[in-house]
Amino acid sequence: MSFVPGQPVTAVVQRVEIQKLCQGENLILGFSIGGGIDQDPGQNPFSEDKSDKGIYVTRITPGGPAESAGLKMGDKIMQVNGWDMTMVTHDQARKKLTKKREDVVRLLITRKSLEEAVKHSKGSHPSHLPAQTNARTTKDRVVL
Amino acid sequence: MGVSVHGGHRAPSAGSDPHHLSPRCDSPAHHPLPVPSPPCSPASPLLRPPSSSASKIDSLRSKVDLLKLPLALSTKSISERKRQLGGAGERRSAGGGGGARTARSPPTRDMDNESQYSGYSHKSSHSRSSRKHRDRRERHRSKSRDSSSRGDKSVTIQTPGEPLLDAESTRGDDRDDNWGETTTVVTGTSEHSISNEDLTRVTKDLEESTPLECKRFIGPALGGCLSFFALITPLAFLILPQVLWRDTLDSCRTPCEGLYVSLAFKLLVLLISSWALFLRPPRATLPRFFVFRCLLMVLVFLFVASYWLFYGVRVLGPRERDYRGIVEYAASLVDALLFIQYLALVLLEVRHLQPAFCLKVVRSTDGASKFYRVGHLSIQRAAVWVLDRYYNDFSVYNPAVVNLPKSILSKKMTGFKVYSLDENTTNNSTGQSRAMIAAAARRRDNSHNEYYYEEAEMERRIRKRKARLVVAVEEAFTHIKRLHEDEAAASPKHPREVMDPREAAQAIFAPMARAMQKYLRTTRQQAFHSMESILTHLQFCITHNMTPKAFLERYLTPGPTMQYQQQSGRGRQWTLVSEEPVTSGLRQGLVFSLRRLDFSLVVTVTPLPFLRLGEEFIDPKSHKFVMRLQSETSV
Repeated sequence: MSFVPGQPVTAVVQRVEIQKLCQGENLILGFSIGGGIDQDPGQNPFSEDKSDKGIYVTRITPGGPAESAGLKMGDKIMQVNGWDMTMVTHDQARKKLTKKREDVVRLLITRKSLEEAVKHSKGSHPSHLPAQTNARTTKDRVVL
Repeated sequence: MGVSVHGGHRAPSAGSDPHHLSPRCDSPAHHPLPVPSPPCSPASPLLRPPSSSASKIDSLRSKVDLLKLPLALSTKSISERKRQLGGAGERRSAGGGGGARTARSPPTRDMDNESQYSGYSHKSSHSRSSRKHRDRRERHRSKSRDSSSRGDKSVTIQTPGEPLLDAESTRGDDRDDNWGETTTVVTGTSEHSISNEDLTRVTKDLEESTPLECKRFIGPALGGCLSFFALITPLAFLILPQVLWRDTLDSCRTPCEGLYVSLAFKLLVLLISSWALFLRPPRATLPRFFVFRCLLMVLVFLFVASYWLFYGVRVLGPRERDYRGIVEYAASLVDALLFIQYLALVLLEVRHLQPAFCLKVVRSTDGASKFYRVGHLSIQRAAVWVLDRYYNDFSVYNPAVVNLPKSILSKKMTGFKVYSLDENTTNNSTGQSRAMIAAAARRRDNSHNEYYYEEAEMERRIRKRKARLVVAVEEAFTHIKRLHEDEAAASPKHPREVMDPREAAQAIFAPMARAMQKYLRTTRQQAFHSMESILTHLQFCITHNMTPKAFLERYLTPGPTMQYQQQSGRGRQWTLVSEEPVTSGLRQGLVFSLRRLDFSLVVTVTPLPFLRLGEEFIDPKSHKFVMRLQSETSV
């Protein structure tokens, strides 16, 4: 998941669609994010490359919309509703996720196990189509 | 020198020897030597030159000649030969030096009470370790003397143009103003005609008791005369017309009197500053002229001479009548003298204060080194400067402390014997020795192991003895206490014997004497401290209320050389060995060395680096900080 700044990034991503839950007057998604280009990347426990300043999911509230959508702790968020999340400040990421006018966020997330799963599936069954999961996720290879 | 030594290094010389030689030759069992072959037997006669005369000079000449031969012989035989020569020389000197030594035995009595007391009591002890130690010292000394004899030859060749011996005799004829910056160096031949410890010590004692050399004071005396002459010249200028042709002088009242006053004060200032700056006993004699001082003396001489010349021709001749002009002339001379004194101050005292060079001084025997900063000096002045600081900064040179015991090193060489099968062996002599050295290096040896354990053992022993010494001294100090005046009157019931410091010291010395002696022997310092000096130091410490620890600091750490000097006005003899002329200034990469009888100080000169100092301005408002963040936001 490490990348060279300025070069195109290749990653195996998973699309996750989360419906915002209405709680009082807030719309919540049910997870917490950490990271950003204004933060200290060395303290990120989930990143492999400690200079990675991307946005990571640090906590998932159990039973929330994010958990049911299939988001896992330690996922790196690459896009939110089309907006890039690899080079944003923490505050910008928060804003993109908490727009009041939207009640659905579509995330592109990546995690280490996806890469391995794709390699494994490619290796064993070259013509095998990727499986469909309950949460309407598809596995795609995305070039950002 | 008054000590005649004879007796050869062979056994048949037993007939003509002083008393100590024959018993030792006859009973080698008394002194079990670590030397493989007893020195009395003519072992390896092929190594001795065929000179039959048993005189010391010849044997020494042979020693020097042998060492100049190419290495046709294995190193083992060279060291063995040296041992034999050293051992033989030692016995010879023991016989010869005994006569001179017994006369001065009491002051140098050291703590050896194992043997009957004689002039070389430390030599006649029967313990094997001290004998071995003495041989080690002996070998070390003879080896160092060999190297220095070789080095000394190179010095006399390389000093530019003027061998040291000629300086005293010929310089006086060449120039008028030669006043005795002549050399006081003892040249090599007289120094190296001795080859053993006793005679060395005898020489040292004699050199320190030679009558005061007059050459030391010629320079200052001449300078003093010159300055005295220069000081009374203005007065002479004033007085002579008054005395000689008083009647025909024009009288001048007020201006002359004003000039008199100013003249008097300037002369007073000259007098006081001369006394303050220049009237000091010289601390060193330099081998060559002190260039600046000579320059200044020449300048003063020229000034005064030219003023006198003018005065004689223009004033005394035609009997000049304008007295005011004469007084002004005298005043101008005093002004000129003041300026010359300013020049002298700058050249002699101030110029070398700003540091420009860094000198590294290393002692050749044990590697003790220090770094100093000096200004622009000539080599000889820098040498004096370094020696000034040597006596305070360097720990005293102890010839008894050697690097590696020979028992460890010599094991490398004893395992090999090289036989050459050719007829002409001289061709591949160097190849032979090189092959031997290479083979010895390839062999696996454990001498580092032995060295390590021996060092550890020695350290343990020293610590043990030190602990015993400290305890003994502490206990001894508890036996006495200072008596205050009111106590003496207040306790008539217990009349205690009141002692002065000397008696008190003697009273408490006895319980600690043995521990002290053992400790000094273990750390090989016994040559530096005699019983008398320890008693004196104890008395000193008691008088000044010092604790046992303060008493012991003198013995637990080897102090600077100054601590061990006896106060003698004769001075120390050092030789300056240099490839450049010694009046040239210091510059980068210069190396010179200062040699004493058994060690030398090697001085390397490097210039101090040029410092480029830059500036950076920091606005005090520009100090800003942010926290390192890792915030977590829930969305």
